[in-house]
Amino acid sequence: MTQLPENPALFEGPPALSVSELSRQLRQVVEQSFRQVRVRGEISQPKLASSGHFYLRLKDSEAVIDAVCWKKVAAALPVRPEEGLEVICTGRLTTYAGRSSYQIVIDSMEVAGQGALLKLIEERRKRLAAEGLFDEERKKPLPFLPNVIGVVSSPTGAVIRDILHRLADRCPRHVLLWPVLVQGEHAAIQIATAIRGFNALSPHGDIPRPDLIIVARGGGSLEDLMAFNEESVVRAAAASAIPLISAIGHETDTTLIDFAADRRAPTPTAAAEMAVPVMVDLAAHLTDNGARMARALHKTFSFSATRITDLSRSLSSPTTAIATFARRCDDAGARLQMALKNGMDRQRSSTHALALRLPDMLPRIIQAKTSLALPARRLDPAMTRIGEQAQQRLTLAASLLEGYSPQHVLRRGYAMVSATSGEILTSASDAAAAPRMTLTFADGRIDVQPLKDRKRESGKPVESQQGILF
Amino acid sequence: MDDMTKMTFEDAMTELETIVRQLEEGKSRLEDSIALYERGVALRKHCETRLREARLRVEKIALGENGQPIGTQPLDGVEES
Repeated sequence: MTQLPENPALFEGPPALSVSELSRQLRQVVEQSFRQVRVRGEISQPKLASSGHFYLRLKDSEAVIDAVCWKKVAAALPVRPEEGLEVICTGRLTTYAGRSSYQIVIDSMEVAGQGALLKLIEERRKRLAAEGLFDEERKKPLPFLPNVIGVVSSPTGAVIRDILHRLADRCPRHVLLWPVLVQGEHAAIQIATAIRGFNALSPHGDIPRPDLIIVARGGGSLEDLMAFNEESVVRAAAASAIPLISAIGHETDTTLIDFAADRRAPTPTAAAEMAVPVMVDLAAHLTDNGARMARALHKTFSFSATRITDLSRSLSSPTTAIATFARRCDDAGARLQMALKNGMDRQRSSTHALALRLPDMLPRIIQAKTSLALPARRLDPAMTRIGEQAQQRLTLAASLLEGYSPQHVLRRGYAMVSATSGEILTSASDAAAAPRMTLTFADGRIDVQPLKDRKRESGKPVESQQGILF
Repeated sequence: MDDMTKMTFEDAMTELETIVRQLEEGKSRLEDSIALYERGVALRKHCETRLREARLRVEKIALGENGQPIGTQPLDGVEES
């Protein structure tokens, strides 16, 4: 019996292999057939063992395959394996006889296109935002002039140099660098630890506690910057009690720590500019304020001095003030003495003046009398003349009146007919109606009675009667 | 004036600016003005001292075995500027 394991079918009856032998043969087949494969799939159940090896599964909608990343490879992965992340792995297949399973040993892993990674980041961003980690109310104001600035970055490279240069230019400060890896598997853990570590420093300890933190990294690919998208880093930044500036990559790069930071700087240099004011400006501002203060005080002083001068000018000295009163007092005393005498003198002299003026009155009385006598003398003839004139006008008026008198008319042969009541009768019909009448002549009056029968026979009784009467 | 040494630069400068405004308004009594001015001068001096003290000092955190900071050491290469 020659053993030809390569061709067991030639033997009649299958040889009885041990399980180990079968497994060994399977392993040979698998390892030789799949020495190098590239497989695309979604990461499932990633697990970092304490040994440093990374265990995970790759799956698609229908199948799943176990995978392992040995420690050395795992540390160099560009992206931390994430649940659901679509990757393309390169490696070889091997079997694990102890569990009747096969797996792929990963030599390298790449993200299956940026879209896959961006999708992962975006989903994480939404989840953390929903938690309120990025809320505006959480943002803390940066200190105006920090005394100690904590920088979380790589100790080598341009980033820390850029920050230090710009700080030196603007306002030199005490800088504490917490050195970290900024990419690779361990980067996220170190960065998160550094942020928490700065916060944990005691304000009175040997290491001064920063009052501002800058987390910085230079530009790189999306994969390079992935540590700053790690949830642990984002959470550490959001939880930082010390105000934090993130400055990751270039201006166009946005990582999740930018959302959690209190301020996001487009570059590390810009972070330094946000961190401190310009010292020269501060010094100038101080000098300016000092000068303004001195000017203002000087102005207050000179104003007060002017007021004092003005007031003292109007304030006389005590002796002068007393002398003024003393003089006023003396004057009053002297005037008091004089006042009585003067008052009496004044009364006396006015009486005297009146007395002197008295004799003057006599001639004035005489003159008044004389002036009264003269018009009186002229008054008499004037009155006589006025009386004569009046007499003449009276006589004339009387003669005119005489002419208009009824008596005068009667004397010319007329008579006046009147009723017994005294009413003048001026028509024949009135006269015919009257029972008795009075005829007044110039020298007297007679009572008459109209003839009754004459009245009946004639149409013009008045005319006839008139003819009889006159 | 002991309280001032603990004052932050910003607080000191803000107070100084307030004093300048008060003095410029000229509404304070003369005695108060003098007291304000003295306070202002002290604040300015405090600020200037703070600025004069400013110099770039760069240190690196030294981590112990357990990853905890155990002290500081000069940062090689980039410390002076």
